[in-house]
Amino acid sequence: MYETNYHKAGSTAEAGDLISKSDDAKILGGGQTLLPTMKQRLAAPSDLVDVTGIPELQGISESGGGVSIGAATTHSEVASSDLVKQKLPGLAALASGIGDPAVRHMGTIGGSVANNDPAADYPAALVALGASVVTNKRELGAEDFFTGLFETALDEDEIVVSVNFPGAAASAYSKYPNPASRYAMAGVFVAKSSDGSVKVAVTGAGQDGVFRMGEMETALGGNWSPDAVAGIAPAADGLLSDLHGSAAYRSNLVTVMAKRAVAAAS
Amino acid sequence: MAVEGIGARALRKEDKRFITGKGQYTDDMVMPGMGFAAFVRSPHAHAKVTSIDSTAALTMPGVDAVLTGDQLVGDGIGNLICGWMIHSKDGSPMNMGGWRALEPEIVRHVGQAVAVVIADTQAQARDAADAVEVEYEELPAVVDSVAALQPGAPQLHPEAAGNLIFDWEIGDEAAVNDAFEKAAHVTRMEISNNRLVPNPMEPRAALASYNDAEEHHTLYTTSQNPHVARLVLSAFYAVAPEHKLRVIAPDVGGGFGSKIYIYPEEMVCLWASKRVGRPVKWVSDRTEAFLTDAHGRDHKSEAELALDADNKIIGFRVKTVANIGAYMSLFSSAVPTYLYATLLSGQYDIPAIHANVKTVYTNTTPVDAYRGAGRPEATYLVERMMETTAREIGLSPAEFRRKNFVRSFPHQTPVIMCYDAGDYDATLDAAMKAADYDGIAARKAEAASRGKLRGIGMSCYIEACGIAPSAAVGSLGAGVGLWESAEVRVNPVGTVEVLTGSHSHGQGHETTFAQLICERFGLDSDSVAIVHGDTDKVQFGMGTYGSRSGAVGMSAIVKALDKVEAKAKKIAAHLMEASEGDIQIEGGELKVAGTDKKLNFSEVALAAYTAHNLPEGMEPGLKEGAFYDPTNFTFPSGTYICEVEVDPETGTTEIVSFVAADDFGKVINPMIVEGQVHGGLVQGIGQALLENAAYDENGQLLTASYMDYTMPRADDVPSFNLSTHETLCPGNPLGMKGCGEAGAIGSPPAVINAITDAIGNNALTMPAAAEKVWSLYQSGSKEAAE
Ligand SMILES: Cc1cc2nc3c(=O)[nH]c(=O)nc-3n(C[C@H](O)[C@H](O)[C@H](O)COP(=O)(O)OP(=O)(O)OC[C@H]3O[C@@H](n4cnc5c(N)ncnc54)[C@H](O)[C@@H]3O)c2cc1C
Repeated sequence: MYETNYHKAGSTAEAGDLISKSDDAKILGGGQTLLPTMKQRLAAPSDLVDVTGIPELQGISESGGGVSIGAATTHSEVASSDLVKQKLPGLAALASGIGDPAVRHMGTIGGSVANNDPAADYPAALVALGASVVTNKRELGAEDFFTGLFETALDEDEIVVSVNFPGAAASAYSKYPNPASRYAMAGVFVAKSSDGSVKVAVTGAGQDGVFRMGEMETALGGNWSPDAVAGIAPAADGLLSDLHGSAAYRSNLVTVMAKRAVAAAS
Repeated sequence: MAVEGIGARALRKEDKRFITGKGQYTDDMVMPGMGFAAFVRSPHAHAKVTSIDSTAALTMPGVDAVLTGDQLVGDGIGNLICGWMIHSKDGSPMNMGGWRALEPEIVRHVGQAVAVVIADTQAQARDAADAVEVEYEELPAVVDSVAALQPGAPQLHPEAAGNLIFDWEIGDEAAVNDAFEKAAHVTRMEISNNRLVPNPMEPRAALASYNDAEEHHTLYTTSQNPHVARLVLSAFYAVAPEHKLRVIAPDVGGGFGSKIYIYPEEMVCLWASKRVGRPVKWVSDRTEAFLTDAHGRDHKSEAELALDADNKIIGFRVKTVANIGAYMSLFSSAVPTYLYATLLSGQYDIPAIHANVKTVYTNTTPVDAYRGAGRPEATYLVERMMETTAREIGLSPAEFRRKNFVRSFPHQTPVIMCYDAGDYDATLDAAMKAADYDGIAARKAEAASRGKLRGIGMSCYIEACGIAPSAAVGSLGAGVGLWESAEVRVNPVGTVEVLTGSHSHGQGHETTFAQLICERFGLDSDSVAIVHGDTDKVQFGMGTYGSRSGAVGMSAIVKALDKVEAKAKKIAAHLMEASEGDIQIEGGELKVAGTDKKLNFSEVALAAYTAHNLPEGMEPGLKEGAFYDPTNFTFPSGTYICEVEVDPETGTTEIVSFVAADDFGKVINPMIVEGQVHGGLVQGIGQALLENAAYDENGQLLTASYMDYTMPRADDVPSFNLSTHETLCPGNPLGMKGCGEAGAIGSPPAVINAITDAIGNNALTMPAAAEKVWSLYQSGSKEAAE
C-alpha cells in the first residue's frame, strides 16, 4: 500500500470539503474493495475520506411501503434486519450471501453500488426492485445509476447517502458463486410488484454489468412459475467468459438461477 | 495428571501459544537496525534482460542499496541446484540449466527476481523496487510440457536441448511388451495431474544478519529443514561457511513441501546482509508466494493396463511427461521418478511394469515436492485405471481390486519397492462397510427422485514414507543421506529435553514426541520439552517431509531413549545394590523387581549429575544421542470411498460422504493422526474439485490470487468418517508407517471416480470444475438421447 491520509467525515458537507481540498481523494466506505485494491498497489489515493460515520448515511427505515437503507449500512445489518426480511426477503437473503462474515460486517451497500462490480450482488436487487439511489446531490433510478462495468453516474465527489427500495409482492435472489471469490458468476433477482409487473435483473454474467431479462419478465408476467423461464436464456455473445465459466455456461446458469429464484419467491 | 503415553489423545502442547497469538514466526523477529528487502521481478515469462537502471531508486528515501545478479555472481555466490542426480535411460546425466538467485541475463518465468532493494522500511523498499528500471527484450514462451518438447518450441536453457532434462525409465520393457501381446483385455487412458500452488498459511520469510567481528551469519527462515538449508547455503551456494552460519526455523506456519527448498530470496537476504552491513528482512506477500513458491504435480501421462482372461493384471505401461518449470528446484528430479514410478504397482500384484518419464523445462514457476510428492500422481493414475478397467470388464471395482491385491509379504514389486507389511482386504472391507457401499443403488434412486446424480468411487492407495535408507537413496542419485538424529538430555532434576532434527510446522511434534518419553519413563508431559529448528542447538537433522518424522525422527529418539534407559538402570542398580536386570521402570520410578526398593526417576538423574556415587568407570551425566538410518521405506495404505451428488443443471459436485480407512502402523496420538488425515483429505479434495494453477499461453499465471485460485473451504467438504487399521511396520522400533500425506495421496481418484460414476462419462480431468462436469454430462446425455 502507498502512503495515504485518512479522514473521518462528520457530514456530507465536510466530506465534500475534504475531497475538494485534497489532490486525489477517494471516498471510503467499508473498505472491502478499496483497501485490497490499495494493498495491491493498484490504487494510490492521496486521501481517504471515510463516510461511514456520517449520520445521514445510517439506518434502515420504512418508507412509502418499501425500505430506505442508509449508504453506510453493512451487508450483515441488511441481512439481519427484521424490516428488510419482512418487506423484501430476497434482499435480505442476497445480503446474507455476500462474501464471508468479515466482509459482511465491514462492507456497505453504498460502497457496493458505487463500485458497480459486474459480479457484485446488490446491482441486481436495485434494478429488479426499481430502487433509486439518493446522493448528496440528487436521486437517480437504478438503471440510470449503473452505467457500465465499474461505472456509475456518480461524480468524483458525489456521495451515496441511501438507497430507496419500493415494496414488492414477491422477491428472491439466486446466485451461482464463483468457486474462488464467491462473487456472482450468475445472480438473478426476480421481483413482482403489487400491480403484478415483473422485473428480472442479472448480475455476474453481463459484459456491461447488470442487465434485465425482458423475455423472462414477459413470460413471468403471464405465468409466475419456474417453468415459465426454463426455456429462456440470454444470448451468450453479450456475456462474460473467463477461467471459471464460458459465456455459454453462464447463459445456462442464468436460466437455472432464474428458475430457482422464482421457485424461492413463490 | 495421568501419563499420556503412546496411543493417548493428548491435547497439543503447542496450541496454547498458537491459539493465543504468541507463536514466534520469522516475521515476528526484530533486529536492531534491520532493513527490508523488496525484489524487482520479471513481468515476462521469457525475456532477455537488456539493462537494469537503479539510479532513480537509489535516490529515494531510506534506500540503502539496489543489488543485481552481476554483483551476486561477482561475489562468487553459486547457482541454485537440484540435489538429486537422475540419469536418462541412455546413461547420460540430467541436463540441468543454471539458476541464479538474481538473474542478470535471461528471465524464464513471471516473478523471477532480477534485483533487490534494501531500505529502512518495507514500504520504502517496495516503492524503490517499482522505481528500478529494467528493460527486457521479450522471447517466445512455452508453458505446456508436451508443447515444450515439440520441435521449434522456445528453448529455455542451453544445457537442455529441446527442453528435455532427462528421459528416464524404470522396469522391464520387454516383459511388459510380452504381457501386452498375451493380454485378453487392455485398458488405455490419458491422465493428467493438475498443477497446484501449495499455499501454506504463513508465507515464506527470512531475516539474515552478519556479525563482522565474528564473521558469523544468522538466518531466521521459514524452513522445514534448517540443517539442510545450512548445508546447501554453505557447501553449494558459498554464501557462508557452515560453521559460521546459524539457521533458525522458529515457528513455521505450514509447509506442505514448499519450505523444504532453498529459494533465491532467502539466499539473497543472507548475502545482502553482509554486503550492506545490516540485518535484512524479507516477507513474501501472497502474490509473490503464488509466483515463486515451488508448485506441485503437473503431469501428463498415457497408461495401459493388460489383463489375462481371468482379469488378473499382467502388465502395466506408463508414459509420463513431467513439467519441472523454469528451473530445477532442490528435489524436483526425484519427484516424478523415484517418488512416483516406484509406486505404480499400487496395492496390486503386477508382474511387469514399465514407466518412461520425460522431464521438461517450461516458462513456469519451478515444480517440486508438494504434500505427497509423486505418490499422489502415481495413485491417481493407478486408481483411475483400476476403476475404469473394472467398469470396462463389468466387474465391481472392489472385486477387481481384490482379485489383484498383494497378500503375502514381503512383496517385491517390479519397480524397486519391497512392501513389508499390510492388509489391503482389511481396509477395503472397513471402508465398504462404513460407506454402505452395497447400498448405493437405493441412494442413487433416491437422489434421482430429487433430480440429482449420485455416484460412488473408491481408491485403494499405497504410498512410501519414512524417507529413506541412506545407502539406497544414494545409489539412486540423492545428494544427501536421509537418516535422522536425536539427543535425549535428562536434566539433573529429572526433566527431559529432546533435541530432534525433525521440524514441526503444524505436525504437533512437541506433543507426540513427548508422548514417547512419557511412555518410557512414566513422566507427565509438562516435564518434557522438544527442541527443534535451530542449527546451534540440534547437532544435525534432515528435517520434515515425506511423512518421515514419525518413522525416522521418532525412531532416532527411541534409539537415544534406549541408551538413556540402559544408563539410568545401571545407576539405579548400583544405588540400590541390585542387579541391572531386575530394574523396572514404572510410573516415574525405577524399582527393583520383587522388592519395595525404588528410586524416583529424578533421584537417578540427580545421582548421574552429582556423580558422587556412580558405578566404577561410568561417566557422569544422563544424555545420549542417536542417529537412525531406516532399513526400508514404510508403506501406509488404505481405502478411501467418496460419494457425491452432482447437480445436472449446473455441474456442481457436492461430496455427501467420505470414508477413509487407513493403515498407518502404530498410532502415537489418534487425535493428531485424525487432524493430519483431515488436512490431507481437504487438500486432495481441493485438487480434485477446485484447485488449479492456470497459465495463459504467454506464461502469465491467471490464478495468482484467491480471487481466482480456489482453495477448499470448510463448506466444500463433508464431515469425514475415519478409521485406522494397524499392521505394524517391521522396519522400525515402534512399527510406525506415517500419516502426513495419505489423505492428499488417496483422495483425488476417489472423488473423480465418484463423479464419473454419477455423470456416466469418464473423460473428466481434475479439477472437476462445475462447467466441465456440466458439459460432459450434457454431451453424455445428448448421446444417450440420440
Ligand atoms: C473477500 C471478499 C468477498 C466479497 N464477496 C462479494 C460478493 O460475494 N458479492 C458482492 O457483491 N461483493 C462482494 N465483495 C465486495 C464487498 O461487498 C464490498 O463491501 C463492496 O463491494 C464495497 O463496499 P465497501 O463499503 O467495502 O466500499 P469501499 O471498498 O470502501 O469502497 C468501494 C468504492 O466505493 C466508493 N464508495 C464507498 N462508499 C461510498 C459512498 N457512500 N458514496 C460514494 N462512493 C462510495 C469508494 O470510493 C470506492 O471507489 C467481497 C469483498 C471481499 C473482500
